[in-house]
Amino acid sequence: MTGTYLTDAVKERFPEDVLGTHAFRGDDTVVIRKEALPAVAAFLKDQLGFDMLMDLTAVDYLPREPRFELVCHLYSTGRNVRLRLKCPVPAGDASVASLTPLWPGAGWFEREAWDMFGLDFKGHPDLRRLLMYESFEGHPLRKDYPIDRHQPRRDDGAGRTDR
Amino acid sequence: MGLETAFGHSYLTTRLDEAVNWARKYSFFQYPFVTACCGMEFMSTFASTYDIARFGAEYPRFSPRQADVLFVVGTVNEKLAPVLRRVYDQMCEPKWVVAFGVCATSGGFYDNYAVVQGIDRIVPVDIYIPGCPPRPEAVLDALMELQRRVDRESVLDRRNK
Repeated sequence: MTGTYLTDAVKERFPEDVLGTHAFRGDDTVVIRKEALPAVAAFLKDQLGFDMLMDLTAVDYLPREPRFELVCHLYSTGRNVRLRLKCPVPAGDASVASLTPLWPGAGWFEREAWDMFGLDFKGHPDLRRLLMYESFEGHPLRKDYPIDRHQPRRDDGAGRTDR
Repeated sequence: MGLETAFGHSYLTTRLDEAVNWARKYSFFQYPFVTACCGMEFMSTFASTYDIARFGAEYPRFSPRQADVLFVVGTVNEKLAPVLRRVYDQMCEPKWVVAFGVCATSGGFYDNYAVVQGIDRIVPVDIYIPGCPPRPEAVLDALMELQRRVDRESVLDRRNK
């Protein structure tokens, strides 16, 4: 094997689900199938000691298919080691399993990813918008959201008359 | 020695507008609606180097009920817009609004999905201060301009149209 200890350990445990790995200056990255996310995440947390989910976000690679990519940054406070976990998400089924059962801190990250990219997190206890308001239409960080589209807020008694 | 020693049982006449406006323009109570980096220059204007107290406007009031001038300092996004409107609505007449910096004035370079393209879409604005952020001199200039405008008003005017 040519990867690092970490990437090899994940590849060895999930040979069917790891799509690729790479490591650059200590940044170990594992790309997996999205169906395997709960199992791989549980393995990383329970077996390899990644007790902290530092960040969870998404990328829109339009027009690539699979269009989206979920990115998780994991950290082991015991070993001072980091790992990046990615999984491609197709536009036709823009949903992944929620990581809130493993790391409760995933809650707001996933709400933000839902708000900005429209990724549906199955099993999230309260998947509402985090940054935008409820009457906002669409997901603004998707590449096909018009860059000049404004949505003046008309709910909540703001008394807006423009546009 | 007080005034009574100099004037005794005397009196003076003036126009009501002039007396009222004189009191108003030299005792602005500000409500600082500070959301972003412009706040640093706003604080600088309050500090001793620029000393906004020279204009009688050194007293920030953090209750809109007690404020005369609403200083909107920084970027206002759509989610915040109803909050700004509510603060404005809670202020008593007479009241004035200053858009502090380019974000409050026009949205600035935040021409995107989240940011209100100028707070005059939410509340009426009396004075716009350009700059990203404005220097304290520009803020004092705006304050003096606001004083000149207040001086031209009349108590008979209905400001809240």
